Amino acid sequence: MKATYDVLVIGAGPAGSIAAKTAAEKGLDVLLIEKRQEIGDPVRCAEGVNKEYLKKHVEIDKQWICADLKGSCIHSPDGTRIEMAEEISGGEVGYVLERKVFDRALADLATKAGAEVRVKTRATGLIIEDNFVKGARLMHLGKEYEVRAKIVIGADGVESKVGRWAGIDTALKPVDIETCAQYLIAGADIDQEYCEFYVGNDIAPGGYVWIFPKGEGKANVGVGLLGSKTGKFKPRPVDYLNNFVEKKFPNASIVEMVFGGVPVSGSIEKTSTNGLMIIGDAARQSDPITGGGILNAMDAGKMAGEAAYTAISAGDVSLGKLEEVYEKRWRATIGHDIDMSLIVKNCFINLNDEDLDSLAHSLKDVKFERMSLLDLLQALFKANKKLLWDLRVLFKDAAKEVIKNKNNA
Amino acid sequence: MSININRYKCGYCGACVGVCPKGALELVETWIEVDESICIVCGICDRICPVGAIEVKK
Ligand SMILES: Cc1cc2nc3c(=O)[nH]c(=O)nc-3n(C[C@H](O)[C@H](O)[C@H](O)COP(=O)(O)OP(=O)(O)OC[C@H]3O[C@@H](n4cnc5c(N)ncnc54)[C@H](O)[C@@H]3O)c2cc1C
Ligand code: SF4
Ligand code: SF4
Repeated sequence: MKATYDVLVIGAGPAGSIAAKTAAEKGLDVLLIEKRQEIGDPVRCAEGVNKEYLKKHVEIDKQWICADLKGSCIHSPDGTRIEMAEEISGGEVGYVLERKVFDRALADLATKAGAEVRVKTRATGLIIEDNFVKGARLMHLGKEYEVRAKIVIGADGVESKVGRWAGIDTALKPVDIETCAQYLIAGADIDQEYCEFYVGNDIAPGGYVWIFPKGEGKANVGVGLLGSKTGKFKPRPVDYLNNFVEKKFPNASIVEMVFGGVPVSGSIEKTSTNGLMIIGDAARQSDPITGGGILNAMDAGKMAGEAAYTAISAGDVSLGKLEEVYEKRWRATIGHDIDMSLIVKNCFINLNDEDLDSLAHSLKDVKFERMSLLDLLQALFKANKKLLWDLRVLFKDAAKEVIKNKNNA
Repeated sequence: MSININRYKCGYCGACVGVCPKGALELVETWIEVDESICIVCGICDRICPVGAIEVKK
């Protein structure tokens, strides 16, 4: 480890590794640090990603693909089953990854591009001088180090401290986090081509249960609850999960336990300051409806890596510059998407089981492969007029999307 | 007033660190450390822990 670099990236999840890779490819001198002793482990993820989007970032490698999905099913509280083909299931299905292998492969790409990677190396604070972030204090095997960099990128996930050290308040309110428990189960009879979702206030208040196949009779079975709907004297995610697994898979073995929190806040006010950018879960860029965050983290990583290059080349790493080269770009893309999802989330968390069932009934007989987003929304709203009103903003957006697609066709 | 973290129950997921309004928690290796000098015993961490490993008494 040297004393100075062009770029210091804190956290080797998908966001950090892609940022480090991108910056190193541009010729910058990059250090990527990870506090865990093993990149990617323990897993905090259901590991589902959209195939097409993933291909934009990396070449697909069978080593980290566990299952290749054909579609998804949603089960409403009364047991109504809605089946959706892959194309319209949203961003979260397609492949089920092995994140332990995937995250390491991404860090490997960063190394190959020329970045230096250090594990079991934790950032404990920032070096701030003249109102600019100038590097960070690190702890490795009980020893402290100071590393200076022209730009620091905080990719430190849901537990992010980097932004806070620089005065960016990223604390999540209970309503802004899905709190999750998941088991990797083995020896169960599981459809390996579909992922399944269960909704309902008895099953997962303000969230859902998921079953993502992982090959060879294995699956990630998990539950996420909205933080504001759980609490001290209420059942916890792990309680809901135990109930579900006992009923649905009484004979399965639990071969791994996963816990975690996913930001569902929508875009936050500030994600950069002089000499610093925050990306991925650290910047709360995961999707408020699905809780999916891998691809947004990778997108943001790419943008931040490119932004670091532009800013350093221009000799200007001030907040103003970073707003122009990073903030503006992510807000126009990821930011727009997650804010739309937030509108839907705020509407869905208030639906009772009857509402959910009536929505499911109105979708049950629709042929989904050929449906556009607009058709889907229309079918939904036939069932629930209030929903139409709450989600009216999306209609404008969907209409724009349809026009855009027509023009492109 | 106290905050207790059961490290035998904790899954070191970091969710509590993300919600603490004061930045009083930190995930170090496989356990959670509390800086009691800045914790305001608000109980949010207790509320969102997926396994119930934190007990905050007001
Ligand atoms: C139960 C659950 C299920 C999920 N399911 C899905 C899904 O199916 N699909 C999907 O797309 N997303 C899913 N997500 C979300 C997804 O896991 C995250 O959005 C994604 O991992 C974010 O990537 P990241 O690189 O921003 O952060 P992370 O992957 O969290 O990486 C952050 C890294 O920073 C390190 N770090 C933290 N602090 C420091 C420090 N001080 N010094 C050094 N290193 C540090 C951490 O150890 C960690 O390795 C799920 C999340 C949970 C909890
Ligand atoms: S939220 Fe609970 S399980 Fe997760 S790190 Fe904090 S105390 Fe441990
Ligand atoms: S009680 Fe509140 S201030 Fe104290 S550690 Fe928990 S969340 Fe932070």
